[in-house]
Amino acid sequence: MTFVTPNLIPALSEIFVLIMASLILVVDVFLSNRNRYISYALTQLTLLGAAWITISSGSTDVVYTFNGMFVGDVMANMLKMMTYLAVSAMLVYSRSYIQLRNLFTGEFFVLVLFAMLGMMVMISASHFLTLYLGLELLSLSLYSLVALQRDSAQATEAAMKYFVLGALASGLLLYGMSMIYGATGSLEISKVAAAIQHGDGGRTVLAFGLVFIVAGLAFKLGVVPFHMWIPDVYQGAPTAVTLFIGSAPKIAAFAFVMRLLAEGLNGLVHDWQGMLIIMAVLSMAIGNLAAIAQTNIKRMLAYSTISHMGFLLLGILSGTLNGYSSSMFYVLAYVLMSLGSFGMILLLSRKGFEAENLDDFKGLNQRKPWYAFMLLLIMFSMAGVPPTVGFYAKLSVLQAALSAGYLWLVVFAVLMSVIGAFYYLRIIKLMYFDAPLDQAPIESQPDSSMLISLNGMAVLALGILPQPLMALCAYSIQKSLL
Amino acid sequence: MNFELLVFYFLATILLFAGLRVVTARHPVHAALYLVLAFFTGAGLWLLLEAEFLAITLVLVYIGAVMVLFLFVVMMMNLNIEKMRDGFWSNLPLAAFVGILMAIEMSLVLTVAGRTIGSDPHAHAAGYSNTKELGRLIYTDYVYPFELAAVILLVAIVAAIAITLRRRTGTKHQDPAWQVRVKRDDRVRLVSMPAEKEGD
Repeated sequence: MTFVTPNLIPALSEIFVLIMASLILVVDVFLSNRNRYISYALTQLTLLGAAWITISSGSTDVVYTFNGMFVGDVMANMLKMMTYLAVSAMLVYSRSYIQLRNLFTGEFFVLVLFAMLGMMVMISASHFLTLYLGLELLSLSLYSLVALQRDSAQATEAAMKYFVLGALASGLLLYGMSMIYGATGSLEISKVAAAIQHGDGGRTVLAFGLVFIVAGLAFKLGVVPFHMWIPDVYQGAPTAVTLFIGSAPKIAAFAFVMRLLAEGLNGLVHDWQGMLIIMAVLSMAIGNLAAIAQTNIKRMLAYSTISHMGFLLLGILSGTLNGYSSSMFYVLAYVLMSLGSFGMILLLSRKGFEAENLDDFKGLNQRKPWYAFMLLLIMFSMAGVPPTVGFYAKLSVLQAALSAGYLWLVVFAVLMSVIGAFYYLRIIKLMYFDAPLDQAPIESQPDSSMLISLNGMAVLALGILPQPLMALCAYSIQKSLL
Repeated sequence: MNFELLVFYFLATILLFAGLRVVTARHPVHAALYLVLAFFTGAGLWLLLEAEFLAITLVLVYIGAVMVLFLFVVMMMNLNIEKMRDGFWSNLPLAAFVGILMAIEMSLVLTVAGRTIGSDPHAHAAGYSNTKELGRLIYTDYVYPFELAAVILLVAIVAAIAITLRRRTGTKHQDPAWQVRVKRDDRVRLVSMPAEKEGD
């Protein structure tokens, strides 16, 4: 009965984030409301420290630790870095918004950090158990973040819906995992993959388990027909929390799909390919068509998320390394655009006023030309207009789907993105060609207006020079999935 | 048929009966009590498998804490049973379909071709302690998920407090610590006044 102490080095960044989150929880108790910015600063420092640890301790090999439950590879490190970046940007964007709405509390930061810890665990999971626990850590933190604004009936309703549907999805996922366990006799992803390759376990049971797992994943990604929570949660949650839900967790969800489908159930690729095709087609159609009818921009962006997730599936369903890396590029590009678009809503909101209707964007060009230009770039990118990053993201997933032989799917996706362009361009029309309804000055903090400039410029720069990021994605997928 | 098998079938019959009654009992309190019975016989089955720690935990946590809480809630809520039973017949086809589907799936898992899961459990050696084995696994091989579960509980505490704790100002509540520190001067005011009314 000997016990080897697990190698803690690969999991150092997780340990650091956990310690800092607990520390902030304690420190915050002793802070007066005036000194609350210390919690904020500590949270940002945590992200910085975690990034430093991930860079300095990351290796290019695939390292397993904690008895094969934790994996450190290039894909994990890269996705984690992007997660830190997204969370940090989200905090900068939402600082003044949450200050004005009495959400600038220690709990907010602690829950954000715990949610991020859940994402990191998911990104680095090599065992069904850790995948599930990471997902629950993330989801529970998100439910409570949505409910944090407890005097708002809308937020409470959104949290309730999110919680009930999320619990249902977790149940489906667990049921699927238990069936896979029944068929292969292991919960460890590499062993499951080996057992399937070896031909162990009945195909029927595996297929049954797969259906449940894909349904659970679809819930978490928010693709049709498991998308109904997205519009309500996006609209009901405080915009800062919507920004959070819409950005970093998508990276974790991508990692989740990769670990489960591409690594664990790779042997069943023909089975899940079909399911993903159906979901991708439905998501792109319903997401884009429903978004046209929305007047609330948060709701519109929610439907746009659904359609983007449909595009994301295009790369994954091709089942090739090239497809995975283009999906990775897509998710990173999407997070960048999502940060920018929700960040803009936060920038235009002020005390007692939420810029959440499309009409609130009328005449933005006359009120603040630079912001209007940034939003123009982000909307062009969402619609997939060159030379923005969204164009290359769409192009690469379409190429992947085409090389997998799905010509009809590519044609359909292009048609849908043309329809989708309508509602993105409508915002640009409102900003540039309509008279403003609201002449109130736009007050903005220097840090968040600097960030929106960076964000918009990044959308443009990555569109002009997509090669470095694309090469990085391809490299990390190649290094991790062998 | 040896004695153990006899005990197994005895407990399993009660478990199935109790499980069925949980769903079919007319009164929610009865249903909750049948659930207690189901848990208890389930714990008995675990004891048969030499998993004594799990059996005791099931009794302590589920029967002792969770179900008592459940019963309290059911008793306090004064549920309208007739109204709750309204949807029973209309939902029955769907529920039956899902139930049958799950039964098929479970039988599929148990009869995977070329592989039997849950081979006959064999008895352990005399010195075997299930509790010790479980503890060893949790704190060595499964230490990472164990810690994660702890973090999830921490999040639950933080979230529950953040969402429900309200500091209301101006409520007229008593503070015993402050009350016992009262001094004579706080309560008694000596007013010097003449013994008789003046100027009458």
